[in-house]
Formats: sequence, C-alpha cells, structure tokens
Amino acid sequence: MDFIVNGFFQAFLLLFGGDAETYSAIFTTLSVSTISISASLIIGAPLGFMLGYHDFYGKKFLRTVVDSLLSFPTVVIGLLVYALLSHRGPLGEMELLFTIPGIAFGQALLGLPIVIAMMATAVENLDQRLKNTLLTLGAGRSHILRTTLWEARYSLVLAAAAAYGRIVSEIGISMMVGGNIKWHTRTITTAIALETGKGEFAMGIALGIVLMIVAFAVNFSMSGIKKRAGK
Amino acid sequence: MKKINVMLLTFALVVLLVSPGLVKAEEVLMMATTTSTDNTGLLDELAPKFQKDTGIELRWTAVGTGKALKMGENCDVDVLLVHAPAAEQKYVDSGALKDRKEVMYNDFVIIGPASDPAGVKGLSVVEAMKTIASKKAAFVSRGDNSGTNKKEISLWKTAGMAVPDKDAWYVQTGQGMIKSINIAEERDGYIMTDRGTYIKYEANKKGNPELKVLVEGDKSLFNQYSVLAVNPEKCKNAKYALATKFSNWLTSSKAQKDIADFKLLGKKLFIPNAK
Repeated sequence: MDFIVNGFFQAFLLLFGGDAETYSAIFTTLSVSTISISASLIIGAPLGFMLGYHDFYGKKFLRTVVDSLLSFPTVVIGLLVYALLSHRGPLGEMELLFTIPGIAFGQALLGLPIVIAMMATAVENLDQRLKNTLLTLGAGRSHILRTTLWEARYSLVLAAAAAYGRIVSEIGISMMVGGNIKWHTRTITTAIALETGKGEFAMGIALGIVLMIVAFAVNFSMSGIKKRAGK
Repeated sequence: MKKINVMLLTFALVVLLVSPGLVKAEEVLMMATTTSTDNTGLLDELAPKFQKDTGIELRWTAVGTGKALKMGENCDVDVLLVHAPAAEQKYVDSGALKDRKEVMYNDFVIIGPASDPAGVKGLSVVEAMKTIASKKAAFVSRGDNSGTNKKEISLWKTAGMAVPDKDAWYVQTGQGMIKSINIAEERDGYIMTDRGTYIKYEANKKGNPELKVLVEGDKSLFNQYSVLAVNPEKCKNAKYALATKFSNWLTSSKAQKDIADFKLLGKKLFIPNAK
C-alpha cells in the first residue's frame, strides 16, 4: 500500500517539478497522436462519407470489412507495420522504423477504420430523412451534398474523439514500431510499461494521471458535442 | 507590389526547403541492447559521455539479446550490446555481424526467498537446479530468448534435464529482468538473474530485498557482454563508421573506467574487461 501512496506523491513532484523525462514522454505522445489523428481524419472522413453517401456494387461487403477492422488488435497492426518498415521490408528505404512518423503511420491505420465506419454510419442515417426532404423541397444535387456534409459535422467530431481515445492509449504499435527510445519515441504508454517493468511506480503513476486527464478531456468534449448535436 | 510578394513567397519556400540541408543533422547511432544495460541505468550514464566525446548521439532500444541479434540481422540497427557469446558467434559466422569486442562482465546468480524452501543455498548451480525441480519449487524463467534465458536453458541441459517447459512450477514470464524478479517475489519463487540487475533490484528495495542471492560463484555463471557492429556488406544502410567509433570508445580506457565507476549501493554492477 505504501508504494501506491508514495507513487502518487512522487507523481505530483514529477509533474509540477517539470521533470524532463516525464514531459518528454507527454510531448511525444501528444505529437504522435496529433499526426496520426490528423492523417486518419484527412484520409478517413472523405472515404467514410463516400461509403455512406453513394450506392455501389459491393458496398455491403466493404462495410463489413471496415466494421471488422474496428476490432483490429493493436499488436497485430504493430507487427504488420514493423514488418513493413523494417529494413528488410518493402518500405524499409523510408527509414521510418523507430521514428515518430513511423508510430504515427501505424496509429493512423488504427484510427482509420473508426473514422470511416462512424462517418459512413452517420451519413447513412442522415441520408434517409434528409435527402428525401430536400428532394421534395426541390433542392439540387450540390445543395443536397453540402447540407449532408454540414449535418454530418458533429458525427465527424465524435468519430475523431473516438479514434483519438484509442490512438492515445494504445501501446502495441508504439512499443514495436517506436522501440521505446528515450527522448525520442518513448510515449506515455510505453514509458508506463517500462517504469513498471523496472519496479519504479512513481513515474508510471505520474504518466498514468496525465493519460487519464487526456482521456477525460476527450470524453468531456465528446459529451459536450453530443449535447449540442441533440439540440 | 504583387511581383514582390510572389518573389518573397518563393524565397521563403526555397529557404524552407533548403534549410534542413544547411543545418548539419546530428549523427545518430542506433543500438539494440539487452534489458540489463538499460534497466540498471548504465546506458543513461554512458550515452551523454559518448556524445560529449564524439558528437554522436546514441539511441537504443532495450530488447532481449535474442531479439537484438535478430534486429541486427534485419538491418534495423547499427550496433549491438549483448550477452550471449555462443549466439553472437552464430551471427558473426553467418556474416550478419562483425567486429565482436568484449566490453565487460558480471555473473549470474540464482536468487530466492530468504527462507529458501527448497534448500539450495550454497549448492552448485547444477545441484541447485536439480533440487528445485525435484521439490517442484516455483522457478521463474524469462522465457523470452534473452541472454539470461539462453544461459538458464543451457544450465538445465548441463543438469541433464529437459527444460521443464510444461511443468506447473516453472513460470515463464516473457518479460524483462526486473519485472520477472518481481513476479518471482510475488510467487515466492527462485529465479536466475545477472548480478547487475540484482543490485538494481536491491537498490529499488532500499537495500532490503525479499529475494536473496542463494547460488553464486560457479564458473559456468560467468556473464560476458560484447559489442558487435552490423556488417555493412549485408546492410548497406548500417552506419558502420559510427558503430566502429562507438565500439572503440566503449573499449577505451576512459569508458572502461566509467563502467567500473558505475555503482549502486556502493557495489559495481559491471566489471570492464576489454582487451
């Protein structure tokens, strides 16, 4: 019991004393997850929109594939991305292994299906009511498209929040692809694993607190957006 | 006016594109190493000194020796600091690695609860392992193909037994050294570890650990650490020149003294022995 209380005490010292290692891990996590969530959204949102908006041959199958990718285990993504980025792998020339862009690449793959699936579902659900209403009101194609996009904006933010929550807390990709290199690719989650492994709980608890703050912040903003969307 | 704006914009773009080339990127050496050099804090001590002396930044990823050797073979790192001489030799023979140089050593010990339920204190290693097996006392193994794990497996063979892979008392963690020691502590079990990591564990427990050294001093428990460069003929991206600088530095009298001076609780964790 002692070490937990002591851990919390140490955690506050590390956080408020501005410990360089702790802040390096926090900064790395924030920069990696910002890159990966941006990539997931930039690529995923249009794809999700198209998947939900258009009807085409094989759409049902594609939806099933995207939906099953939602539960893709992060260690498997880590393994795949490691194999791709290793110097023996097809993308080895890009020198991305053990770098922040390398982790972001893997995490973007993790976020992508979430963004696509949530976006597609949102657009599909809107489509039914909206399209018909607009058509009866005599709206043109581009008008319908613009209105649909606008109505889907909250869902996009929700998708982003859900994807971010998964990205920021994953450890498999960060550990395997990033290599947990001090000052460079050590993220909050890999640092917690390392510190616990070394039997040093204080920094682990400090970083755990930060991770929880980030997760709560995302959740709060999400529920705020849900409320606004409901109005 | 418009023209000037366009020119300024172009100029800014050119500067942006060229500037990364103008600023000389710092030289970075990528190393794969065993968990003991990292967990004990030795590399945190050495890396800044190496950077100060040579201007090269050392980055390392701490994995077991088995994985480190594989990473070298896959061209994913430039240099290795590992401890499994027999396995190292295989990779040197295959041409994946070269320039193996001995750096330092410590020894392996078998630790266990102070009450010593199986009664192995003072026995030879082989006798101790046989006793643990016959009494079915909990024995924790890394089980991760690390240098320590390779050593332990070879000791079961020396004791004339198969690795007790499926026995209930044989606990394979698949985790790093200190984590495995913590698991042994929770299970009141025995475990083999290198002395450096044991001292680190002792220091974590403020000098009063639950697990004590019970078996030590056998010649077969010698634990040699070596530095190896990834062969640039097999891996064209490997930074061989930097790797050579690092291994020369690590075996220099200056760095060897730094290794000797690295202590916890007043005890040496590694003993330098570069030739």
